[in-house]
Amino acid sequence: MQHEHSPEFPLAVHDLTVAYQRKPVIWDVDLNIPEGKLVGIVGPNGAGKSTLLKACLDLIPKTSGWVHIYGEPYRTNRHLVGYVPQRESVDWDFPVSALDVVAMGTYRRLGWFRPVGKPERTIAMEALEKVGIAHLAGRQISQLSGGQQQRVFLARALAQDAKVYFMDEPFAAVDAATEQAIVTLLKELRDSGRTCLVVHHDLATVAQYFDWLVLLNLRVVASGPTSEVFNNDNLKKTYGGKLSLLDHAAEAIRRS
Amino acid sequence: MLLLQSYNTRLVVLGTALLGLACGLIGAFLLLRKRSLMGDALSHATLPGIGIAFGVMVVAGGTGKNLLGLLFGATISGVLGVLCMLAIRNTTRLRDDVAMGFVLSVFFGTGVAILRMVQTLPGAQAAGLESFIYGKVASMVFSDIILISVVAILASVTALLLLKEFTLLCFDEAFAASTGWPVLRLDILLLVLVTAVTVTGLQAVGLILIIAFLIIPAAAARFWTHRLPRMLWLSAGMGALSGWLGASVSALFADLPTGALIVLTAALIFLISLLFGTARGVVPKLLDQAKLQRRIGRQHLLRAAYEILESMGQPVSNQPIPRELLLEHRSWSNAELVRLLAHARQEDHLEPETGPDSSMIHLSEPGFGEASRITRNHRLWELYLITHADIAPSHVDRDADLVEHILGAEMVRALEAELRPRPVIPKSPHHIEVR
Repeated sequence: MQHEHSPEFPLAVHDLTVAYQRKPVIWDVDLNIPEGKLVGIVGPNGAGKSTLLKACLDLIPKTSGWVHIYGEPYRTNRHLVGYVPQRESVDWDFPVSALDVVAMGTYRRLGWFRPVGKPERTIAMEALEKVGIAHLAGRQISQLSGGQQQRVFLARALAQDAKVYFMDEPFAAVDAATEQAIVTLLKELRDSGRTCLVVHHDLATVAQYFDWLVLLNLRVVASGPTSEVFNNDNLKKTYGGKLSLLDHAAEAIRRS
Repeated sequence: MLLLQSYNTRLVVLGTALLGLACGLIGAFLLLRKRSLMGDALSHATLPGIGIAFGVMVVAGGTGKNLLGLLFGATISGVLGVLCMLAIRNTTRLRDDVAMGFVLSVFFGTGVAILRMVQTLPGAQAAGLESFIYGKVASMVFSDIILISVVAILASVTALLLLKEFTLLCFDEAFAASTGWPVLRLDILLLVLVTAVTVTGLQAVGLILIIAFLIIPAAAARFWTHRLPRMLWLSAGMGALSGWLGASVSALFADLPTGALIVLTAALIFLISLLFGTARGVVPKLLDQAKLQRRIGRQHLLRAAYEILESMGQPVSNQPIPRELLLEHRSWSNAELVRLLAHARQEDHLEPETGPDSSMIHLSEPGFGEASRITRNHRLWELYLITHADIAPSHVDRDADLVEHILGAEMVRALEAELRPRPVIPKSPHHIEVR
């Protein structure tokens, strides 16, 4: 099947397959994500959600297919992209402060050899203020709680000042207050025309948080406005026989 | 003793100190990149290269003692060793430590065998080759020192120029790659720097112990600070100090191998750092804990006293409290209470004991003031957490002493306003039982 991929889409994925050692992890993914949407990427464990994100960001080799950011390959348009990796992907014992980490979002614009200066620190401080932990700027990162660490990662992405944000499970193991703060921030980003793609686990909050959904299980089961694709039928196709999960989701659909 | 007489010895010591500085700096990145094992494999894998280079030079008609030639061989086989390690790790399911153990022992074993073979070649003058294994500054000549110094300075300058890039690489490789930094090339460059200081350091420190020069100063520096720039300077300084002391002592007592002395010096610095390092040393941590315990104990004691006084009648006035009541009020053992009272007495929170009768406890005036302040703050905290439960508990520090500092004077006033028209010291929001 052939799809149209307009260059206006912040993210267009065509016929993407990623395989690790002969075992395909995602199959024939074809996606168009419109601008200014808060997009949830949902699927069971091992469905390839993180893999999809990493393939979009050129972090792992693609077996086939291509990914375009605003009509150009990632390499050309990566300055338009912000990335929030999974929190566990780094060693939080690293000897840097929260502000140092957030300033990393400005490194690429700064270029080779030039050290972080006052303008970069100002940008980083503003980003920390937006996520509500400016008072912790000088703390060593291991002395932050899980939720605060997640906010630091988010602030670093804000400091990148991107148009498309890729976030890998920003809600994993954070406290309720942080979850609310992140949701508010995501909605602000959306309202200012940015597009956020968020890997998410909790079906109960999906309808409430996202206005666009990608249901993923090795292949794309459905992609579209939440109101259209978030239904029992699609969830069954995505999650298969995991009934307890489905009950949970059914409850969420009733409520939404 | 360490003001060395001979000009050459002084140069050797200076060169070794420079090498230590570079090793400390680059070792810090190696440590943060979690690649210490790779450094060890690299240094051990240099031995076959040294042997082969020696053999080739002898066969070509020289004495085999050309340093540049030997180091060239060392570099080639060291890098080969690292590549083997990477290949084993990436193509099999074996882990880093297995790959490292394999490469290290096989290359070193091969090196020992080759070294023995080439020494029997006609025309070979192999005496001194073992200084590459254990390190011997006495065997160094002027040109060796120049080489070490130049490499050390170049490597240090490169590492400092790329401070920001290496930091990002070590902290979050995926993020670095997503923003377009060439992580692979940066990784290779870091490895090149490690190789450069390792290979040039072989003669002074020896290939068995050079890993200590890379790792120990960095690990020791981490005990003193949570900031990377400071850690780098400290690590470089400790490396230089170890190099300087190690080389000096080794030059004074010609029989002692330099590598061993450098390691011992570095280990001593490490031990001191482990014990007394201000950021995460053992002793400061214990002291902090004791101090915190004492502060919380004081708060508990004074608040208990105040709550008992409250139960004895309004308005609250400072009167002697039966010791029994105090003991029952919280789950203190007798010994704990004795200790708490002793501390309170030291801080003048209690009236001095007036007679043999110790069954009554009397707060001093400052003690009573402090007790009411602590009780008030504690209740403000409780109220704050109840009325502002939406704020993550992890977001607030519940130390009563810090209430104003954390919440700010304005919030404290707002909370107090909420409590009006209650008395100045708000009532506890929960029931307090005083038996």
